[in-house]
Amino acid sequence: MQNVPDVRESWPNPIYTVTLGATPKEGGTRTTTVTVGGARALPFHSFDGDVPHPPVVAMEVWDVPAEDWPEHVRAPFSEVLRSPGEWARKCVEEYGADLILLRLVGCDPLRENRSPKEAAQAVQEVLKSVGVPLIIWGCGNPEKDNEVFPVVGEATARENCLLGTITQDNHKTLVAVATAYGHKLIAESPVDINIAKQVNILAMDAGFPLENLVIYPSTGALGYGIEYVYSIMERIRLAGLGGDKFVAQPILCDVGREAWGVKEARAPKEEVPHWGEEGLRGPLWEATTAYMYLLAGADILVLRHPQAVRAVKEFIRRLMEGR
Amino acid sequence: MAKKLTGLDIYKLLPRTNCGDCGFSTCMAFAMQVAAKKVALDQCPHASAEAKAALGEAQAPPMRTVQIGAGEKAWTVGGETVLFRHEEKFHRPCAIAVEIPDSLPAQEIAQRAQALTNMRFVRIGQELRVNLLAVVHTGGDLPQAVRVIREHSDLPLLVSCEHPDLAAKALEAARNDRPLLYPATAENYEAMAKLAQEFPCVLGVRAPGAEALATLTPKIRELGVEDLVLDPGMDGFLSTFAELVRLRRLALKKVFRPVGYPTMVFVHGSNPFDLAAQATAYICKYASVVVLPQSQPELVLPLLTVRQNIYTDPQVPLAIEAKVYEVGQPGPDSPVLVTTNFALTFFTVEGEVERSKVPAYIAVVDTGGLGVLNAYADDRLTAEVIVKTLRSYGIMDHVNHKKLIIPGLVAVLKGEIEEESGWEVIVGPEDAAGIPAFLKNEWRAS
Repeated sequence: MQNVPDVRESWPNPIYTVTLGATPKEGGTRTTTVTVGGARALPFHSFDGDVPHPPVVAMEVWDVPAEDWPEHVRAPFSEVLRSPGEWARKCVEEYGADLILLRLVGCDPLRENRSPKEAAQAVQEVLKSVGVPLIIWGCGNPEKDNEVFPVVGEATARENCLLGTITQDNHKTLVAVATAYGHKLIAESPVDINIAKQVNILAMDAGFPLENLVIYPSTGALGYGIEYVYSIMERIRLAGLGGDKFVAQPILCDVGREAWGVKEARAPKEEVPHWGEEGLRGPLWEATTAYMYLLAGADILVLRHPQAVRAVKEFIRRLMEGR
Repeated sequence: MAKKLTGLDIYKLLPRTNCGDCGFSTCMAFAMQVAAKKVALDQCPHASAEAKAALGEAQAPPMRTVQIGAGEKAWTVGGETVLFRHEEKFHRPCAIAVEIPDSLPAQEIAQRAQALTNMRFVRIGQELRVNLLAVVHTGGDLPQAVRVIREHSDLPLLVSCEHPDLAAKALEAARNDRPLLYPATAENYEAMAKLAQEFPCVLGVRAPGAEALATLTPKIRELGVEDLVLDPGMDGFLSTFAELVRLRRLALKKVFRPVGYPTMVFVHGSNPFDLAAQATAYICKYASVVVLPQSQPELVLPLLTVRQNIYTDPQVPLAIEAKVYEVGQPGPDSPVLVTTNFALTFFTVEGEVERSKVPAYIAVVDTGGLGVLNAYADDRLTAEVIVKTLRSYGIMDHVNHKKLIIPGLVAVLKGEIEEESGWEVIVGPEDAAGIPAFLKNEWRAS
């Protein structure tokens, strides 16, 4: 048999290990915690180095009914859309979500403009009904998020949630909240490795530890710019493994929101007969978007459709079992 | 193993007369320049044929480029130069192939061949198709299957059959079509190589792993067949994936010639989600031919899109051309929406406008590829820029309502644009996802 040169690669720097959620022993009320990161190799490249923690799946829950979700992804939740707690319970108990992402959409001044107190109530409902760790995502209006998070952060004190997002222009309030109440933070950047690094440095300069951050490099749907994010993520991961501690954090991809926004996932068969049934096409579009992000280095995938969740979790299990 | 030739290696191949005819004072000086690829060997009028051959070999690209099929639908794979697309780009989109078992009834074979040939999707102006039909011998009448497929399709073929005698009969029906003949193995490679030369074919080589492949390919080359595609033939997804990464690294980073060829994989299974997962991984990481067992559009469309995205040139900036784009068939009463030329922003806005089913004009402002908020922060999306750009397009003279929809994120520009232009400015949603509801419920031309 022909001898072949050894082409395995080793990396000097592991990705930061980040644990979310706190059990009663750690001062919280969670029954499970979730740990991501720690990899010493590119995703799926366990022949190069240790990949100790598999990627995880968070399912998305809103504080207000998700009326604008397409029928196919709303239907599984139609009974629980008015109750964030019940909605979250369904995601965990029926569909096996590793975490819940609660998006405080209703706080948006252009929508229901719900108060910080109402937001905190929604968060507490979810905390009471599930034992998994929480990701809490603001409405995206910086001023409003800065009003909401101090209240929400306090209401979830010591639960070790993941709060987001901080950006280049808006990080001070959230850093203070996360520091005061023992939470971790999502650092957002617009498909740009330098800004990703910059946001992390800003958090560090404000006294926040680099190992308590998760990178959100923005997310694009399959067919709608995913390749830009894919390559930025590969560059971030290569730089992190190569020793750049400012980009050596786990990465979060907000897949469901993007995938379900595009016509390939949403359009009914009557509109585009040669694309096939939307009942299969939509979840498959979401899952395939997630698969690409897994390859690029995603550690936390946020998904919506139960079928996509099941398929992505099954694929991750398969990878970890080495099949 | 062939490797990069040093100056000294090249010097040994030269006449060593220091005649100076090449323009350099010594053969050694010339050899150093050739090694550095600064001058070509043929600048030496006395270089022997042997020297030229040796150097040509060393300077050949690390991965061979192989054309499968003949004529208009021929598909060329290989010739890749990098492991990560951001380092340069992935050059030749992998072929997506779909299996047709020869044991199916002839009528069904004909139907499948026809359906696969007609299956096409158009995305961002590109036509996406299945590229190869993989006729697989599963105990049926292979020659007849190939004949039927040839009658109903002009797509290139992958002929999968381990028995050279049977394969030969099947290839008669595809003579000069340059099909991909598969598999050449340690057991049958001599006969398969002969067929590959006779018809001629590209030869798919199957052996378990890089060592076995590297043992087999030099023997096949010695028989005169050079257009090879390698199947690492592993059991299971993860070991196949690992072997594809290994082959790519060996070919490019070590210039290890015995595996310097494009690669092929078969995707196994029946659950479409599982097939999509495996195929996505193979497309992203280094397969040149991906063979699917199923071809429902719900599966093929996302996979063709994965391929389109991964093989997009990343050096082309994130920007799209700044101009007026039409969605549907807009007329004088249709809305005009402003956005930036950041590709992600534009495609999202375009998708949402399409989804609204309200025909519209999207006027794209050149923000140097920045999204709305960044462009605003960078003074590239100001009232002045918007008014000036839209005036240059003449779009507001083209519609009869003088209403302009601006992104909700830059609502603050409303007053200034109105003042400067005299148009009525309507503040659109902050998130593109709100566009369909906005256009359907709030947009009125008069």
